Amino acid sequence: MLLLDCPHCGPRDENEFHYGGQAGVPYPQAPAELSDQEWAAYVFLRDNPKGWFRERWFHTHGCRTWFTVERHTVTHEIRKAP
Amino acid sequence: MRFTFDGRPLQGEPGDTLAAALLRNGVRVVGRGVESGRPRGVFSAGPEEPNALVRVGADPMLAATTVELYDGLEAWSLSGKGRVDLGAADDRRCDKGYLHCDVLVVGGGPAGLAAAAAARGARVILLDDQPRLGGDLLNSRVLLDGAPALDWVDSLDLSGVRVLTRTTAVGYHDHGYVVAVERRARGERLWHIRARRVVLATGAHERSLAFPGNDRPGVMLASAARAYVNRYGVLPGRRAVVFACADSGYEAAGDLRAAGVEIAAIVDPRPEGLTADALAGQVVTGTTAGPDGVLTGVRVGERHIEADLLAVAGGWNPAVHLFSQSQGRVRFDEASQAFVPHVSAQAERSAGACRGLYGTREAIADGHAAGREAAGSAARELRVPECDERPPRPPAALWLVDGDGDEPAFADLHRDVTVADLARATGTGMRSVEHVKRYTTAGTGADQGKTSGAVVVGVMSALLGTTPGQVGTTTFRPPYTPVSFATLAGRDRGALSDPVRTTAMHASHVAAGAVFEDVGQWKRPRYFPLDGEPMEAAVQRECRAARTSVAAMDASTLGKIDVRGADAGVFLDRIYTNMYSTLAVGACRYGLMCRADGMVFDDGTTTRLADDHYLMTTTTGNAAAVLDWLEEWRQTEWPRLDVSLTSVTDHWATVVVAGPKARRVIAAVAPGALGLPFMRYAETDVLGVPGRVFRISFSGELAYEVNVPWPYGRALWEAVLGLGAVPYGTEAMHVLRAEKGFAIVGQETDGTVTPHDLGMSWIVSPRKPDFVGRRSHARPDTARDGRKRLVGLLADDPATPIEEGAQLVRGGPGAPMLGHVTSGYASAALGRTFALAMVRDVVPGDRLTAVSGTAAHGVTVVEPVLYDPDNARRDGDPLEEDAPALLGGLPARESPAAAFAGRFAAASGPSARLRELPFEPMWEVRGADPGVGLRLGPSWWLVAGDAVPGPGWVDVSGQRTILELSGPAADDVLITGCPVDLHPDVFPGHAQTFLGKTSVILERRTSGVYRIHVRSSFTSYLAEWLLDAILAL
Repeated sequence: MLLLDCPHCGPRDENEFHYGGQAGVPYPQAPAELSDQEWAAYVFLRDNPKGWFRERWFHTHGCRTWFTVERHTVTHEIRKAP
Repeated sequence: MRFTFDGRPLQGEPGDTLAAALLRNGVRVVGRGVESGRPRGVFSAGPEEPNALVRVGADPMLAATTVELYDGLEAWSLSGKGRVDLGAADDRRCDKGYLHCDVLVVGGGPAGLAAAAAARGARVILLDDQPRLGGDLLNSRVLLDGAPALDWVDSLDLSGVRVLTRTTAVGYHDHGYVVAVERRARGERLWHIRARRVVLATGAHERSLAFPGNDRPGVMLASAARAYVNRYGVLPGRRAVVFACADSGYEAAGDLRAAGVEIAAIVDPRPEGLTADALAGQVVTGTTAGPDGVLTGVRVGERHIEADLLAVAGGWNPAVHLFSQSQGRVRFDEASQAFVPHVSAQAERSAGACRGLYGTREAIADGHAAGREAAGSAARELRVPECDERPPRPPAALWLVDGDGDEPAFADLHRDVTVADLARATGTGMRSVEHVKRYTTAGTGADQGKTSGAVVVGVMSALLGTTPGQVGTTTFRPPYTPVSFATLAGRDRGALSDPVRTTAMHASHVAAGAVFEDVGQWKRPRYFPLDGEPMEAAVQRECRAARTSVAAMDASTLGKIDVRGADAGVFLDRIYTNMYSTLAVGACRYGLMCRADGMVFDDGTTTRLADDHYLMTTTTGNAAAVLDWLEEWRQTEWPRLDVSLTSVTDHWATVVVAGPKARRVIAAVAPGALGLPFMRYAETDVLGVPGRVFRISFSGELAYEVNVPWPYGRALWEAVLGLGAVPYGTEAMHVLRAEKGFAIVGQETDGTVTPHDLGMSWIVSPRKPDFVGRRSHARPDTARDGRKRLVGLLADDPATPIEEGAQLVRGGPGAPMLGHVTSGYASAALGRTFALAMVRDVVPGDRLTAVSGTAAHGVTVVEPVLYDPDNARRDGDPLEEDAPALLGGLPARESPAAAFAGRFAAASGPSARLRELPFEPMWEVRGADPGVGLRLGPSWWLVAGDAVPGPGWVDVSGQRTILELSGPAADDVLITGCPVDLHPDVFPGHAQTFLGKTSVILERRTSGVYRIHVRSSFTSYLAEWLLDAILAL
């Protein structure tokens, strides 16, 4: 059970949160102008690194805030996202 | 203390473990090898026991060395495998609890005690698995400052330290999360402990080594023999041989001799013995046994020494289990011939024997240092006492003694794995200890390799001609000791195993004999049988009432989201496939929303209540997911839009009144809604209470969705039925909508279906520049021909049911599957069965075969709308002149926990009191700080009590109710289900978090007085949970 530091509520157990996957994948400005490959990359493709990973979490059972952290996918070390 | 073993009446002493009591009674054979059937005796004095496994009551497999004796205990031996006695009464009340601390010390031996005493200025928890503190000092005769060691234990100042004895830490997980099991007479408690820093002082396990006949009853770890004589006053034998590969064997020999055991020989494989009489440079090469298999003698080369006890001191294995679970890395230490902690992965420090420091004084000094380090500025000083021990010499690097005969040498006693088995594994080419473990099952027994792990590694290194360090260890996985499912379940059993959500009308449904179905966590009436009516007859009757007269359904479970703000319309345009910004105030519109991949995610009706105010409804099962989905887009993609989202699902109780004669009922309950055109909404009094009525239909008939705040829901429902409406359940609702060809998200759709696949291209706006999922509809795969589409099916035989899930093929066996049946019913209105299906490459009139199991039925493809395709029935019958008049008098109101008032009062006492604070007005406020109430999140407040609502405040009075828990034991109740730290220095006064298995707002009014704000639909669950928790105090 990870301990996530919610920016509003402070440290809480992982099961109060919903995982939001890779951070920094914005909704494209003009989806209609994208090629099928570009759109598919937005919808389906995400990084899966061994090491530090910027990812989003949603405090579902707390303040209902989305926030971004960096997590080390091997050690589960968590630090504030720059 | 009287007890029985395999039905034999025996006597033990207070403080005995079951193993000590068995030895006290001369019971030598306590079990049999799981594969070999060879007799086995007590081998250890702790949780590492591989042999003495017993069944006690409902516990199918416990180590007798860890079972505290009590008067009347009944134990049964096992032949290796546990057996669940389904008839055994299990009256345990297991529970769990959440604890938080600065420093957690695991182990109450010399190192752990010193650590806790040094750290006690901080918040410290000390765990130990024994009934009293002392660790190995309980088993030894060592002197500290010239006095018995336990005097030192008693002299320690542990004030402020939360000491949990009989508590075993079983798991060390990420971020200082340690799980421990406390053994209580009434049932275990599973502690979830979150620690800033952890000091592991878990000690070491003595090990055996593989020599022929090393499994006989009478062969025992030397440390165990010492524990039995010193701690329990039990002689495990009369005449002993000590196999001293380590100096601890000499200590055991001394203690055994002092207790009256004759020491026949000390066999020391090292060149020099510690005492002159030791047989130095020699090894035990075999054992002999009597007809019962019990040890009668020990072979040392050519010599045979008569003995009934062989005490083996093979060296020590630091208990690195928890360290390893925390992802720390171990290394093999050549000097101590053992795996020791190397690199920590968490805020953790091992101290004492678990990092290879075996001396008592060394352990105390190390524990002291570890405690001081962990507590930082809060640390206290402690004087390290003098000790009479001699520093031990390095143990013999000996793992294996070859035999000359057929006598097997065991590496794993519990799994009956021999050296020959290991040789077979390495002989097939296996080099990895993980492979050998899986091939031989060594280390997979109840003791999880505590006595065998190091031996297997040692024997493998000997067989492979390498070193133990190069072989390495297997992974140490939680739990450290076996944990029963009952312990893990705690109080979350039976009715509390999963929260049940109920509507305001639930008690009425129960009284009416409704048959319920689970929809998510909701209990929804599936149908209302009359006088033992079977389901099909009840459903047909309910459908007939809706099609010909008037019927009513409890639709309170539909998700309801209040959407406000200047940009609410723009926001909805981006979420739904159709337009909402152009919707007239007072109008309702049905909408579909898709995921980014273009697949249908949810549907429902959204109504524009005002220019900047909409009410969205969602499917019952998706309500929380939809709210999360909207919140994600609002916060992460469109933060500049002025829009806020508030769940009002539980605030409103909803009754659907459907059927051509629905106006008769509406005239009596909400006459202000009588003039509503189709897809319009009115804010109007319902039974004299401000309510909302929507003219929406999911059946094709004239229908109204009538909403009142939760406390009036039951009164409304009963009034509607009293006016002659026939109650109908979800099954009739499904039939009615399927007759009209309306798809249900999750029934017709499965995450691979687009709006176009459902034949709903009309709902996908071509005018909007974009909406979530739109671009995906143009992807080659979603835009192609030949996708499965929604159709209707009629069976050749109108009486034949078409089963949901049946596969559809054209032609006979072997033909490719074209699709599947998503819904199949018998229709009263059509006088026949029918189905909806998702199927490709068909047109109406095509003939297919529906295959399900061994059944195959001919079916014909038809348009999906089978009933009233021209929507002629939508407006129902005009109001008759004899329609009932408006019901007079204000309806009775009922708070969500009203039915619990008596039980709350009965359970309340001096330690804890529980009551509902009903009918509290409440609002959720977004945006600017209202200056009152509880801040729930950034720009989010809850205001309760007497307040004058400001503009934009959302009335949520019925959304939650307040349960007040007070008394000196309130915290003790809350920690059994609330994971946040309630310590006054840490708890901010209120928090949104879990209690039991439901979300709550927990508010501390003053010390020992809490308000628990719980969703109305979860109130019954939480009330039961709290009552159960108070009873368990």
